[in-house]
Amino acid sequence: MEELVIQKIGPVSDEEMVLNMGPQHPSTHGVIRFVVKADGEIMKVAVPVVGYLHRAIEKIGEIVTYPQFMPYTDRADYLAAMFANEGWALAVEKLLGLEVPPRAQYLRAISCELNRIASHLISVGTMGQDIGALTPFVHALREREKINDLIEELCGARLTYNYHRIGGVAFDAPEGWIDEARRFVDRFEKVLDEYDRLLTWNEIYVKRLAGIGIIPAEMAVDYGLVGPNLRGSGVDWDLRRDAPYGAYRDFRFDVPLGKGWVGKKGDCFDRYYVRMLEMRESCKILRQAFEKIPAGDFLAPKVPKRIKPPAGEAWSRIESARGEMGYYVVADGATEKAWRVRIRTGSFTAMGIVEPLSRGMMIADLVALIASLDVVAPEIDR
Amino acid sequence: MALTAEQIHAAVAVRFGDAVSALAPPAKDPFFTVKAEAIVEVCRFVKSEPSLAFDFLEDLTAVDAPKENQIRVVYHLWSYQHRHGIVLKVEAERARPIVPSVEAIWKTADWMEREVYDLFGVAFTGHPDLRRIMMPDDWIGHPLRKDYQEAGGYEKISNVRDSSLLEYRRMDEAVRQAAETKAAATPAPTTAAPAAPPSPTSPLPSTGTAH
Repeated sequence: MEELVIQKIGPVSDEEMVLNMGPQHPSTHGVIRFVVKADGEIMKVAVPVVGYLHRAIEKIGEIVTYPQFMPYTDRADYLAAMFANEGWALAVEKLLGLEVPPRAQYLRAISCELNRIASHLISVGTMGQDIGALTPFVHALREREKINDLIEELCGARLTYNYHRIGGVAFDAPEGWIDEARRFVDRFEKVLDEYDRLLTWNEIYVKRLAGIGIIPAEMAVDYGLVGPNLRGSGVDWDLRRDAPYGAYRDFRFDVPLGKGWVGKKGDCFDRYYVRMLEMRESCKILRQAFEKIPAGDFLAPKVPKRIKPPAGEAWSRIESARGEMGYYVVADGATEKAWRVRIRTGSFTAMGIVEPLSRGMMIADLVALIASLDVVAPEIDR
Repeated sequence: MALTAEQIHAAVAVRFGDAVSALAPPAKDPFFTVKAEAIVEVCRFVKSEPSLAFDFLEDLTAVDAPKENQIRVVYHLWSYQHRHGIVLKVEAERARPIVPSVEAIWKTADWMEREVYDLFGVAFTGHPDLRRIMMPDDWIGHPLRKDYQEAGGYEKISNVRDSSLLEYRRMDEAVRQAAETKAAATPAPTTAAPAAPPSPTSPLPSTGTAH
């Protein structure tokens, strides 16, 4: 059977050629495929083909109980698993009407901000790699290892954390962990200056990104971009500040926006640099959290053994590393399993904007565009 | 200025009358149901009306309800300008679910409707590119429906398998049988030394695995 995507790209003239980019391609950040119709180096259109990593996580959510689904959420976005954990916990807590103890909220915020730095490091590192700068990627991985070590001490896992629980978190921070994390943050801010010298203002890097893949603010909203991609286009919106959840009410931080630092507002460089600045803001949040973290329970004492929420539906959203992540959960009130679980992810909507942007772009710039959108294949396909 | 769900519902109900239901009793998130034929007009209205200004389609998904013989398409809307949100639902008949597309209003609906089409089989009329998105083009069935049955495989690749625990049980069984046949073949030892037990480090029988 001929694939429908071949019909979608339309007739191909003698001067044009059709290229398959992916599914296995080093610069596609996972298993994604693009069918590119190009005339020389200029693309007529690039049509994304996704679904290669579809693991039916939403269907699994209907056949396991509410606590059992927590490890599956890790796999929805393995570079930022803390956020997926937290979104699921928030949705079920909303259904149950459960209060989370303050210490647990702080531990959630700390673990999420550490995870955000780790995820952004991978994002900016692989972006450098895609453009052709391998060294910054290794430097980014070096710092990410430190975060992995910290999180490993916290919850025993380095990638798929399964740390948050319905009603709190799985473990309290070990003794001395907060001080260790504080030392990391102190060191990390200096390393960020190093990244700026090494990568950000590198002339080749800037020239590859400035003015490429410009997304105006209205288009970003229309296509449902979220998180750093949305802020890169200058839309001033951050769920942590504008619709705060958990401990984020207590923190003061800035929301960096794209300004067209070197090119036009909303270009690839803006999205990249917003992530660099967000890591600094995460450091600010972490410092405040280390200061203010209260003593007390790390898990709500009254979490029922068998979680059976009353019939109803809840929508929870959190600011993940890849922007707004939403969980829509429908409970039937009769069983311990959700009737429907829906995960709305930032990468999925970000992929939808590739096709309109690709028209008239150079093939090499497509790589920069995908990297700047920071899409992660498992989060697209779920 | 942020409006409450009641105010948003009132603004829509005044204009569209019978096409929208009453606001659902406050379960967790307030929602109301819109008739399928009115959904495009309602969406265009809530986006363009300055006091509502729902510029962001946060999510578009569906819920299967076989008992009511319905598939409900769920729209989560948010306004960046006013910072308020609302949930709309459209009920479609389960056997032939047809809902007009809102792709012309929010571009992000393009991929979201493709996903709902793929996994629930809802046909969105007026959608420019209604193809499957997660599953292959020639997949049979819509996996997120409650009555979905897996076909035995796809392109001669089986997608059903036994529980992995069964495989271990078969291995144990094979080891035990091998030990028994060995004990039966060797004559009873004259010395007091017992027969050597099967080595615990090699649970796999030499005759090959069970599959």
